[in-house]
Amino acid sequence: MTGLPVSSKAPPPAGMSSGGGLRARLPFLIPLVVLAVIAAYFYVGLGRDPHVVPSVLIDQPVPDLALPPILGRDRGLTTADLKGEVSLLNVFGSWCVACRVEHPLLMALAEQGVVPIHGVNWREPTPEAGPNWLDRLGDPYTLVGADPDSRAAIALGVAGAPETFVIDAAGMIRYKHTGPITPDDWERTLWPIIRKLQAE
Amino acid sequence: MIVELGHFALILALAVAVIQGTLPMLGAARNHGPWMELARTAALGQVALVGLSFACLMYAYVVSDFSVVNVVRNSHSLKPMLYKVSGTWGNHEGSMLLWVLILALFGAAVAAWGRNLPPALKARTLAVQAWIAVGFYLFILLTSNPFVRMLPPPADGLGLNPLLQDPGLAFHPPLLYLGYVGFSIVFSFAIAALIEGRVDAAWARWVRPWTLSAWAFLTAGIALGSWWAYYELGWGGWWFWDPVENASFLPWLTGTALLHSAIVVEKRETLKAWTIFLAIVTFGLSLLGTFLVRSGVLTSVHAFATDPTRGVFILLLLVIVLGGSFALFAWRGPQLAGGGLFRPVSREGGLLLNNLILCTAAAAVLLGTLYPLMLEAVGGGKVSVGPPFFNAVFVPLMVPLIIAMAVGPLLPWKRGDLGGALQRLWIAGAAAAVAGAWAWTRDMSTLLGLLGMAMAAWLLVGTLVELAGRIQLFRAPVTESLRRLVGLPRSAIGMTLAHAGLAIALVGMTGDSVWKLESIQVTAPGETVTVGRHSYTFEGAREVTGPNYLAIRGSFRVERDGRPVTTLEPERRRYPVERGETTEAAIHPTWLGDLYVTLGDSQGGEGAFVTRIYFNPFIVWLWTGVGLMVGGGLVSLADRRLRVGAPAPRRARATAPSPSAPATETVTP
Amino acid sequence: MADHPEAAGGMRRRLVKAVVVLVAILLMSGTGQAGGIQPDEILADPALEARAREIGRELRCLVCQNQSIDDSNAELARDMRILVRARLQASDTDREVLDYVVSRYGDFVRLRPPFKASTLLLWFGPALILAAGGLAMVLFVRRRAGIEDSLPPLSEVEQARLEALLGDRPR
Repeated sequence: MTGLPVSSKAPPPAGMSSGGGLRARLPFLIPLVVLAVIAAYFYVGLGRDPHVVPSVLIDQPVPDLALPPILGRDRGLTTADLKGEVSLLNVFGSWCVACRVEHPLLMALAEQGVVPIHGVNWREPTPEAGPNWLDRLGDPYTLVGADPDSRAAIALGVAGAPETFVIDAAGMIRYKHTGPITPDDWERTLWPIIRKLQAE
Repeated sequence: MIVELGHFALILALAVAVIQGTLPMLGAARNHGPWMELARTAALGQVALVGLSFACLMYAYVVSDFSVVNVVRNSHSLKPMLYKVSGTWGNHEGSMLLWVLILALFGAAVAAWGRNLPPALKARTLAVQAWIAVGFYLFILLTSNPFVRMLPPPADGLGLNPLLQDPGLAFHPPLLYLGYVGFSIVFSFAIAALIEGRVDAAWARWVRPWTLSAWAFLTAGIALGSWWAYYELGWGGWWFWDPVENASFLPWLTGTALLHSAIVVEKRETLKAWTIFLAIVTFGLSLLGTFLVRSGVLTSVHAFATDPTRGVFILLLLVIVLGGSFALFAWRGPQLAGGGLFRPVSREGGLLLNNLILCTAAAAVLLGTLYPLMLEAVGGGKVSVGPPFFNAVFVPLMVPLIIAMAVGPLLPWKRGDLGGALQRLWIAGAAAAVAGAWAWTRDMSTLLGLLGMAMAAWLLVGTLVELAGRIQLFRAPVTESLRRLVGLPRSAIGMTLAHAGLAIALVGMTGDSVWKLESIQVTAPGETVTVGRHSYTFEGAREVTGPNYLAIRGSFRVERDGRPVTTLEPERRRYPVERGETTEAAIHPTWLGDLYVTLGDSQGGEGAFVTRIYFNPFIVWLWTGVGLMVGGGLVSLADRRLRVGAPAPRRARATAPSPSAPATETVTP
Repeated sequence: MADHPEAAGGMRRRLVKAVVVLVAILLMSGTGQAGGIQPDEILADPALEARAREIGRELRCLVCQNQSIDDSNAELARDMRILVRARLQASDTDREVLDYVVSRYGDFVRLRPPFKASTLLLWFGPALILAAGGLAMVLFVRRRAGIEDSLPPLSEVEQARLEALLGDRPR
């Protein structure tokens, strides 16, 4: 498009000055710059899942937990149980479909015995629901504590289930995985971290 | 078959838009009449084709054609007819089709009624409009096609989100889009003017009706959404500073600024480049809003069907449209020198202040909306920016704006007398003092009530003072004043209505924010709860069956000082198909406040329920005020000088050949 | 994204694409139920309850992602409201309660972003924009008014012509 006004043969319309030098033009370039900046941010933003909230508890000690046992068990879960060796802390619930997706992987890991997995049984609708779920599908957890009123979940900064924490031998949180662990997540992220921590 | 027809019509519309975007543009550059004329035909053809396409999709919804994926996902055979129809745009694909339909409608409206436009300006405007359409047709056809079939068809659909099954929300998107997308035509006018390198009073006059109508629709659309939230979400909130709400509020803020700066161009031939800039930005923010809603970059309660590919496409579209416009603006903008001179204290000065504040408010809201995204992108961590931030920033900005709103209209063009204007406003000041004092005596725990009520009174009375001055009330005989009132330009009446409307809306906003009463409890049948001056007796709940839902309906007998007021029947609806629940509040509106009751879960057996009873003071004033604002816009639209299709003003013709030779040229020595 | 107690049908986005739509619907229906606070949560002491409300409005419901815990019907939000009240009853200050929740979830949980280096631009941005815009406006207006002062006054003929050209304002 040429952009030439139709009336270009007529004398230039009044109020149309030559446009001035660079200084006069500068303010007119601001919108272009602002747009470029915003667009660049958007492009980066498109690649992110806004629902994932990173944990602020990384490299912090596990908060004080004293979870009662779930129905039918005699041992709960306390912070002291999470010291001494590298372990996983998995927040789950029987109401949680994604936990069910993750469950076979946890079972396989428990069978291999590469790392102890402890469970926080979060917000079950009834005291039986959690134990029943574990009885039906299998129990991958070394220790399980019940968290009916989210005290532990909030202390751990949990927003949804499943979430899995990697805890080192000193009882420090070293990594948090949000959502179900896929075999891929395990191979590429979690297992290398655990191996490294176990070697320390 | 019908569905394929709709699909085909959409492809054809794309082809027509490509032609409309090229030939008239070339025609305008070469002064080739027939090519320019083509724009008109093409624009009308385009609206016919998109209209057909939209009608086909609607048909598929109405007859519940479950061989169409879009219908399966968003409809159900048992849904009431209204929601089958509104289901057409109650989803991403359908709403984008509505988007382009409205885009084409505005183009066609200019083609049909813009007889007074110079052919070149009209051809260029329609060509720009067509290019926007091309982008969105491609978007729909490539990423969001509503005409995709599903074979074999399932027996029934998944249904429509129960929250959307509401008359208010059925019409919220069309109105909002009429506003959002309506600014596209203003944008196209601005780009056409930049290409021509000429912006003058005549241009401002031609554009004003389109700005006004888009503004009125957007105002109504936002208000309807707000009203829906008020009665449907169950706690009487009406504004949440949600990113998607902000996305519709941003073009409203800059659109309002545009409406005012265009007056300066029209009357005084200055602020030209600024007005063009606002026209670009306003539509740009509409596009941004579309991007934010559809791309999923921000989390929002509104986030419906988001998809990154669509996000990339709209982002690309946004960058091309805005990048191109801003580049053109950087090139041509500096040449748009203004003519009219004025003093700081003048009507122009007042309108500039209005623009400064509205644009700062828009920038602040934009900053708050995008900040979490920006911070995260540079690795600065995750933050939330919520209502506490927006209120803290927005409210202080509104205070000077409202003070100035009463003063500005009293100042004459070019050179005003601030002292004189303030003297005329003494009665507004007195009213503000009384209203503020009254608010203070009601509740001394917060200054917000005092501030809000004083502002509202100041603006309302100030606006009336301006009107009284115009019609010489009390200074001329009453008959003379009445004659003057009838003879006032419609745009003046429109301004009075809109400004007074804001004042009245402010009463509602303040009252509801400051003096809301709330009572949450478990109520057994026969129990009485007293909230404010009203007592609510719960008479129990029963099950009722709706067309596609089951409901529990509670009944409350409301009395005031022992006298019956009304019976309120809130509902809790369960939609078995969609597996969702909605709360239907029961509301008894009065000028002093709404009695608002919702029913919660059944608790403790024996017919007891959780009940929430609210008294929302003055909230009716909010809806009334916004209604007045929209009405003001429409009345203004009826102004003789601005009426779409009205013959060009004689003066402008007299200075032909260019119908708009700027006035200042002749008087500059 | 992970599951939430009230979005039990939700699944990870990547797994089944159609589920995304479902999740969106579930998230939305979460907002559809009558607003958050239940009668059994409300504290007997109205002053304490009022403080709890203030805090509740400042905290983001993590499950719904764009509501305060006061407005949300989500179970996690309810548990957080109860926690806030328990801490207030244990005579925590408002500040201590907020700090505790932030220490668990980070700044993301605050609807009023904290005032720190990374949010300076956010908090001062509007003021900066207003100042820059105001400065530009003052410069512009000065120039406008300045030119006027340097011009010779209009002759009567010019004045009349000007009025005629601009004259569609009511008089």
